[in-house]
Amino acid sequence: MRSTNEEQNKYVYDVRGLNLWYGDNQALKDITMGVEENEITAIIGPSGCGKSTFVKTLNRMIESIPIVRTEGEILYHGHDIFGSHMMVEELRTRVGMVFQKPNPFPKSIFENVVYGPKIHGVKDKKILMEIAEQSLRGAALWDEVKDRMSENAYSLSGGQQQRLCIARTMAVSPEVILMDEPTSALDPVATMRIEELMEDLKKEYTVIIVTHNMQQAARISDKTAFFLSGELIEFDMTHKIFSNPQDKRTEDYITGRFG
Amino acid sequence: MGKNSIREIIQNNIRNKNHFSDKVMPKVFFVMASISVITTFGIVYTLIFDSIKFFSQVPIREVFSTNLNPLSRDPSFGFLPLLNGTLLTTIIAMIVAVPVGMAAAIYLSQFASAKLRKVLKPILEVLAGIPTIVYGFFAYSFVTPLLMNLIPSLGAKNALSPGIVMGIMIIPMVASLSEDAMNAVPTIMKDGALGLGSTKLETTLKVIIPASISGIVASIVLGISRAIGETMIVTIASGSSKNFTFDITQSMQTMTAYIVEFTSGDAGSGTVGYYSLYAVGLILFVFTLGMNLIAQYISRKYREEY
Amino acid sequence: MNSKNKKDSILEKDVDSMNDNKKGPGGKRVTFNKNRISWRIGLNNFAKHLFSLSTVFAVVVLVILLFQIIKGSIGWLDWQFLTSNLSIFPEKAGIIGAIVGTLYLMMIVIPVTLILGVSTAIYLEEYAIEGRIQRFIKVNISNLASVPSVIFGLLGLTVFSRMLSLGSSIMAGGLTMSLLVLPIVVVSSQEALRAVPGFLREASYGMGADKWTTIWRVVLPVSIPGILTGAILAISRAIGETAPLVVLGIPTLIMKIPTGVLDDFTVMPIQIYYWTLDTVLTPEYAYLASATIVVLLLTLFILNSVAIVIRNKFQKTF
Repeated sequence: MRSTNEEQNKYVYDVRGLNLWYGDNQALKDITMGVEENEITAIIGPSGCGKSTFVKTLNRMIESIPIVRTEGEILYHGHDIFGSHMMVEELRTRVGMVFQKPNPFPKSIFENVVYGPKIHGVKDKKILMEIAEQSLRGAALWDEVKDRMSENAYSLSGGQQQRLCIARTMAVSPEVILMDEPTSALDPVATMRIEELMEDLKKEYTVIIVTHNMQQAARISDKTAFFLSGELIEFDMTHKIFSNPQDKRTEDYITGRFG
Repeated sequence: MGKNSIREIIQNNIRNKNHFSDKVMPKVFFVMASISVITTFGIVYTLIFDSIKFFSQVPIREVFSTNLNPLSRDPSFGFLPLLNGTLLTTIIAMIVAVPVGMAAAIYLSQFASAKLRKVLKPILEVLAGIPTIVYGFFAYSFVTPLLMNLIPSLGAKNALSPGIVMGIMIIPMVASLSEDAMNAVPTIMKDGALGLGSTKLETTLKVIIPASISGIVASIVLGISRAIGETMIVTIASGSSKNFTFDITQSMQTMTAYIVEFTSGDAGSGTVGYYSLYAVGLILFVFTLGMNLIAQYISRKYREEY
Repeated sequence: MNSKNKKDSILEKDVDSMNDNKKGPGGKRVTFNKNRISWRIGLNNFAKHLFSLSTVFAVVVLVILLFQIIKGSIGWLDWQFLTSNLSIFPEKAGIIGAIVGTLYLMMIVIPVTLILGVSTAIYLEEYAIEGRIQRFIKVNISNLASVPSVIFGLLGLTVFSRMLSLGSSIMAGGLTMSLLVLPIVVVSSQEALRAVPGFLREASYGMGADKWTTIWRVVLPVSIPGILTGAILAISRAIGETAPLVVLGIPTLIMKIPTGVLDDFTVMPIQIYYWTLDTVLTPEYAYLASATIVVLLLTLFILNSVAIVIRNKFQKTF
C-alpha cells in the first residue's frame, strides 16, 4: 500500500489547495503545485507575496508563529505533513533549510557542521570528521576552513557563514533543501559562489529556493513559480516563464513593470 | 493685537530672561544624583571605620577561629560559625533555586504557550514580591514542622528549613533573569536548530543554553548574592546558635542574623561586641558586592557575539 | 492500522534510500532509525513535563503559603484587631499602632525617594554628559540596589540614629528606608524618561523653549505614569522590609501610638517578627502574626493593583 502510494505520486512535494492565514489575513490562497526530484524550483514574486511563508510551510517552520492557521494538503512523498502522525523533527531532518540571514550557532565551525549528525546519535569522532569534511567540501567551504575547524563560526565572513549553514544542512543528508532568500544578506561575490554551488547541489538534492532576484532565478533554476498577493500566478519551466509567460501579470513582473 | 506686538512681547521676554534655570538646574540635579554616591561612601565609611576599631582590639587569628561567644565576660569573636551558617543556608537555597528556577525559565521561554506564560509569569512575580518576613514566618511555622515529620531529629530552629524557603524565594529571580537571557538568543539561531530537525529540548540544551550561558550564570551569581544577604528568614527560622557545625538539622547563625541579634540585643555602643557587627557587616558587604561585580563582569565579558 | 503504517512508512523509506546509489555529499549517509527518533521525541516530552512541573511547583508553594496564612488568621482578623493597640493578651491585641506607624513611615519615604529618585533620573537622562561621571553614578546605583538591606540598617544606625541622634524614630527609619528603595525609583524613572519620544522634545525646542522648560512642561508630564508605577513598587518594598528597622533597634513593645515623626514607632513587619519569635511563649501569637501578614499582603496587593491600573490606563501610545 505504501509503495503504490509512492508510485502514484511522482512528486517530492505535492501541494494541494493550500490556504494559510496569519490571524485574519490570508497570506496564501489555494496554492496547488508539485515539486519533482532533483530539480531546482525557484519561487519569485514581489515582497509580501507569500513566497517566504510558502517555503516555511513546507517544513512546518511557520508553526513557530502561534497565530498561523492552514487549510489544504501538502504531501511529502505522499504523506500529509500536517497529518497527526507526521513527526515534525523527522520532516525537518529530511527537508533541510537555509535561512535568509546566516545563522550559525555560537560554536566552533566543526561543532556547527556535526550538530545534526550528533543529535541523531552519531558519536564516533572519525565518522563525524568524515561527515564534516564531506559536507564542507559539498558547500565549497572546505579549503577555506580546514585549518581552523575549532574557531568560532562567527569569525567567518557573512558569505562563508552562509556556506557553513548549507554544509550544516547537508551534514544530515536531507532529500530536499529549502532556501529562503539565502543570498539576500550577502555581497555579489559571495552570492556568486553560492549560485555556483547550486549546480552541484542539484545532483544530490531537490532544491526549492525563494529569491527576490529574477536574474538569479533565471540563472539557476529548472522551474519557476511566480507568486503575487498570496496566489500562485504561474508555474512552469524557467525558460518558458522568462521567455514566454502565459499570464500578463508574470510578464509585467519579469519585465520590471512593478515589484 | 497685531502680529508685530506678539512678536515684541516674546522678544522682550527673551531679552529680559536671565537664563537662571538653565544655569542652576543642572547643578541642583547633580547634587541630588550625588546622594546615591554619598550613600555608597557612607556605607563603606561606616563599615570600615568601626571595623578598624574591632580589628584593632581582636587579633585576626581569633577572627578565624570557631569560638564565637560575644556576650560572655571574656568574649571571643571567631566568625567561622557565622561564615559556615551563611555558606550552608546559601548552598541549600541554591540547590532548590537553581534547578527549579532554570526549569521554569526553560519552560516559560521555550515550551509554554503564550497564553500559559501570561498566567504563570505574574504568579512568579507575586512570589518575588512577598516580603521576606512572610517567608520567615512560613519557614518557621509551616516548613519546619512539616520537615519534622520526615526528620524527627530536626531542631525547631535549623538551617535546612530556612535554606529551602530562601531557595523558593530566589526561584523567581533565577527564572526571570535566565528567561530574559534565553529570550535574547536570536530567533534565527533557534530556527536553525529546529530546521535541522532538533526537538525543542535539543534546541534548548545544545543551542539556546550555550548561547545564553553568561546571562544564566549571572542570574545564579545574583541569586547567591541574594541568599548571602537575606536576613529575616534565617533570623527567624535558623536561630542564633553559635556552634560550628555542619549538621543542617540544627540551629546555626548566619552573618545577617548575627547583626540583627546584636543590634536588637544589649551590646552598648563602644564595646567590642558593638564593633563586631560592623566587622561582620563589612565581610557581608564585600561578599555581596563581589558577587554582583562578578555577575556584571560575566554578563559583559562573555556576551556572545552574534 | 492505517495510521501506524503511515508513521512507519516515511521512516522505512529512509532505510531504502540509504541503500540507493543516491547518497550524501561523499557517499556517506547518516543513518536514522525510527527507534531513535521516537526516543528523542519521548525525551523531549518527558523534559517538557518535568519543566512544567517545576514551574507549577512555584505556584503550588504560593497557594500553600497563602492558604496556611489565611487559615491562621481566621477568627483573629477582625475590626477589633485592626483598631486595637498592642496588648500582652492575644485576644485584645491589635495592630493600629503598626498601621499608623506604617503611614507615618510613608510620609517620609514617599517625598524623599520621589524627590531624590526623580532628580537623579533627570540628571542621568537629561543633563549628564556621557562619560565617566555618568557611568560611575549608574554603576553605583546598580550596586546599591543589591546591597543587603541589613547593611542599610547599619548605615542608618550609625548616621541617622547615632550621629544625628534620631534614635529609633520614624525619621531615622524613614530616611534609612528611603535610601534603601532609592535605586528602584531611579531606575524606573530613567526608563520612563527614556520612553518619552524625541519628537516631543524637538517640538518644544523647535519653539525656542529652553531645556528646563522642556523637561518640566513636556517630558515630566508624559513620563508621570511610569514614574508613579516605579514609586509604588518602591513603596511596596519599603512597607514589607523588616531588617533595617530591626537593626535600628525599634523597641519590642510600643504601647503609644506615634503622633509625630520623631516618635518611636512600629510597623507591620516588625510586629510579625516579634510575634513569630514569641510563639514559643504564647502559641496564639502565631495567629496574630498570620492576621498581620494578611493585612500586609492585602496592602501590597492593593498597591500593586493600582500600579498596574496606572500603567495600563495612562500608557500613552505615540
